[in-house]
Amino acid sequence: MDNPSKKRGHPVTRRAFLRGLGGGAAGAALVTRIRGREAGQAGISLPPALTHKSIVFELNRKRVTVEVEPRETLLEVLREKLKLTGTKKTCDRGECGGCTVLVDGQAVYSCLFPAIRADGKEVTTIEGLAEGENLHPVQQAFIEKDGYQCGYCTPGFIMSTVALLNRNPNPSPEEIKSGLSGNLCRCGNYVKISEAVAAASQKMRKA
Amino acid sequence: MRNHEYRENGNLDYLKTAKGKEPQGKETTLQAQPDFKLIGRPTQRVDGRLVVTGQAQYTHDIQFEDMLIGKILRSPYAAAEIINLDLSPAQSLPGVKAVLKLNDGRLKYEGEQIAAVAAIDEKTAEEALKLIKVEYRTVPHVVSPDKAMAEGAPKVHDSGNVEKFNEYTRGNIDQGFAEAEVTLERTYKTAIEIHHPVETHGSIARWSGDELTVWDSTQALFSVRDGLARALGIPATKVRVIKMYMGGGFGSKLSLNEHTVVAARLAKEAGRPVKIILSRKENSLCVGNRPSSHITIKGGAKRDGTLTALLMKNYTCGGVGRGDRCSEPLIDVYECPNVKVEEFTVFTNTGASRPTRAPGHVQGTFALEGFMEELAAELGLDPLELRKKNYTSSNEGGTGIAYSSKGLEKCYDIGAQKIGWSRRNKKPGQGQGKVRRGLGMASQIWWGAGVPGTLADIKLHRDGSVEAISGTQDIGCGTRTFMATVAAETLGLEPRDITVKIGDTVFPWAPSSGGSLTAPSVAPAVRDAALKAAEFLKEMAAKKLGVPAADIVLADKKLFDRNKPENGIAFKDLLAQLRRETVFHGERGDLPAGFAYNTFGAHFAEVEVDTETGRIRVLKHVAVHEVGRVLNRLTAESQVVGGVTQGLSTALFEERVIDENTGKMVNPNLQAYKIATSMDVPEIVPMFVDLVDPRINNLGNKGLGEPPRIPSTAAVANAVYNAVGVHLREIPMTPDKVLKALRDQEAGS
Repeated sequence: MDNPSKKRGHPVTRRAFLRGLGGGAAGAALVTRIRGREAGQAGISLPPALTHKSIVFELNRKRVTVEVEPRETLLEVLREKLKLTGTKKTCDRGECGGCTVLVDGQAVYSCLFPAIRADGKEVTTIEGLAEGENLHPVQQAFIEKDGYQCGYCTPGFIMSTVALLNRNPNPSPEEIKSGLSGNLCRCGNYVKISEAVAAASQKMRKA
Repeated sequence: MRNHEYRENGNLDYLKTAKGKEPQGKETTLQAQPDFKLIGRPTQRVDGRLVVTGQAQYTHDIQFEDMLIGKILRSPYAAAEIINLDLSPAQSLPGVKAVLKLNDGRLKYEGEQIAAVAAIDEKTAEEALKLIKVEYRTVPHVVSPDKAMAEGAPKVHDSGNVEKFNEYTRGNIDQGFAEAEVTLERTYKTAIEIHHPVETHGSIARWSGDELTVWDSTQALFSVRDGLARALGIPATKVRVIKMYMGGGFGSKLSLNEHTVVAARLAKEAGRPVKIILSRKENSLCVGNRPSSHITIKGGAKRDGTLTALLMKNYTCGGVGRGDRCSEPLIDVYECPNVKVEEFTVFTNTGASRPTRAPGHVQGTFALEGFMEELAAELGLDPLELRKKNYTSSNEGGTGIAYSSKGLEKCYDIGAQKIGWSRRNKKPGQGQGKVRRGLGMASQIWWGAGVPGTLADIKLHRDGSVEAISGTQDIGCGTRTFMATVAAETLGLEPRDITVKIGDTVFPWAPSSGGSLTAPSVAPAVRDAALKAAEFLKEMAAKKLGVPAADIVLADKKLFDRNKPENGIAFKDLLAQLRRETVFHGERGDLPAGFAYNTFGAHFAEVEVDTETGRIRVLKHVAVHEVGRVLNRLTAESQVVGGVTQGLSTALFEERVIDENTGKMVNPNLQAYKIATSMDVPEIVPMFVDLVDPRINNLGNKGLGEPPRIPSTAAVANAVYNAVGVHLREIPMTPDKVLKALRDQEAGS
């Protein structure tokens, strides 16, 4: 079960944690902007619960509008509402990097990123890297160097690599390793992945 | 005699195909070794674009409009009885479309299934699970093998907690020890590992009338199909199983899962498709693990290193399932006339084991190769020389039948040279200082001959396109790519000219993808079909060109007269003249009898041990393998790199931890269950001995799935021994264990 009840003493789940965010500073700022449908119904003085919000963001260079719940993660919205399944759900709690996407150019774990925070941002997923038939140099390098086996962690690795090369176009082997240390590859293909990153870095600097 | 009845959870029959039997069909012996243009070279994956753009469709990614989400209520206790189970509150929750009772009796491990629901979305399904009322009576549990073996321990099953499952004897063990000039006894332990494929287990079931289609994250399409048919009481003809892409399995997806049956039953009841995706926690608890081992080896040898006796006793724990047979390496790898093995399963109240990449061999090799390293030190011999001293070219330690091919000696020489074996500490632990370096090695044996009877088709279309078809699966090892390569090689085309169709039980039968058998099963079947197609096309071209078929060459996308190359016809133009699309059936032939078919390898590791922090760093790992003909050097290297990395992870990090008081797993996630990351990986050098097996099949190739996974753990452990002079004899070699071993060593000296 991935959603055990709290009274049994299970650790806090990611979803429970997100729900808890509603009472935090970020949550408070949001609820003052939007008032949920059930506002005031409970008869308590806490800020009214937020149930839905329509957000607008740039997704892979296209503007999208989608209605989200505050408890929904960007990962869930991408996969289930927008049907972009290239971004993977692997651990669903920020441990593996399989769900990595770019938000305003930064790599984030979309399983920990409330969808509501994507409002007004630029989001890039694995589906948005290639331009038509032309693969991104990082994608090309992962094919050439065989930087994957089962391929399931690959979208996450590629997105982390793009973010790494954006901030450091010429990483050393050690910088590549640390730059990708937030992504798990259970097939254990890190050596080949690092080769792919080095090759992509070289190609992009020449271009 | 070996107990061939012994099976783990999954059916491991496939491992047994390695022994040759009388050929039933045609002769498969490779007569002449042709020079290949494509096979054996590095070839990029034919489906790379799909994977790197996120378009490859995994089971998790499949959605249907009216699809329901299924969830399973699982036991929170290691041992309990269900006193009362009330499903009605869940049934009456709006959005819930089906509810099933799965168990209302005894619960034997945390995570065992109790009930299931299907609802319109995940959140409703989760809500429904919480509404199910279960009254439990907990009963005493036992989760550690040591405690399970103690007298008066709670019984896991109705029989005892300890059960002998394997016995093997050759020669006379007492005589062997009498002949020994040196004897040594050592005990080695390995922890329970979790497979943790990045794509958790999952299935989608959809009925259409009385026909069931299942999309499953599986390594075993046909086994899932047949298992489902049995479980549901319907003919296999009514079940279709599909798997296009899968995010890892490593043995945990080699058989039908309970949740797949649940999805089918829920879908039937609800009249809508049902998708069940397991959480990471469920993946930790109830879809398998690698059994632990507790292996004692007593060995006898002459002063010159000649082995005279090997005695092994293993207590292995696979929870409510069985332990692993870990004795194969000890029985086979080294020449030794007198061997005795006894293996026992220890049951505990934890999730059942499943085959885990190289079941038994990882644990058995860790023990055997650790022992060889310690024996070498005892004898004052170079550990590599000790292994060579006991080299054998026939199985069962020189007492069985000849290996069809064996390149282990070459692996030793190439690897030793590459790592710089002479740099090792001549005496383990002779180095000084805070950070000490050491070199270690280990040998590998596995099966990997493939399954006779595997089928594949080549289909030629009149528009010039070609399909290679088989009901096999690509679990990340590059099945699609080698199928395209073999077909293209045989038909004078390029890999990209071939459309590969796999991953569906409507295609011709192929075995499960586990045990290193996909490439040596499927590639020869594709080759066979393609050779038939080539022969047919040559006949066609011969008539067209007015020359004997024997003179027709099929290359560079055309067919032409070898004596007059300008007299030819384009491949595409010839296919346009086919009466209709034309299919050629291929089959992987039988294994010629009288030989043993095995894969071999040797790993060499260099490590650095910080004696103040207890931290181990692997600096370099050289992995040399002999797997017959290598089909695709690029993907083969990845296989090796991955196997080494996983073995390193086993050596240093991986361990399922269960709290003895509560009986619950305390690290059922990827944060507390440690897996190697990019930061932990050294320079890895994959190398191959190019030795084409002369008779194993029509390509001379063996499997490579398990081999690189087998010796890497042992090589790292032996390198640590060489560095610090004390063998930890227990994995994972976490810093606390390293520091304790160093303290004990200091106190002892």
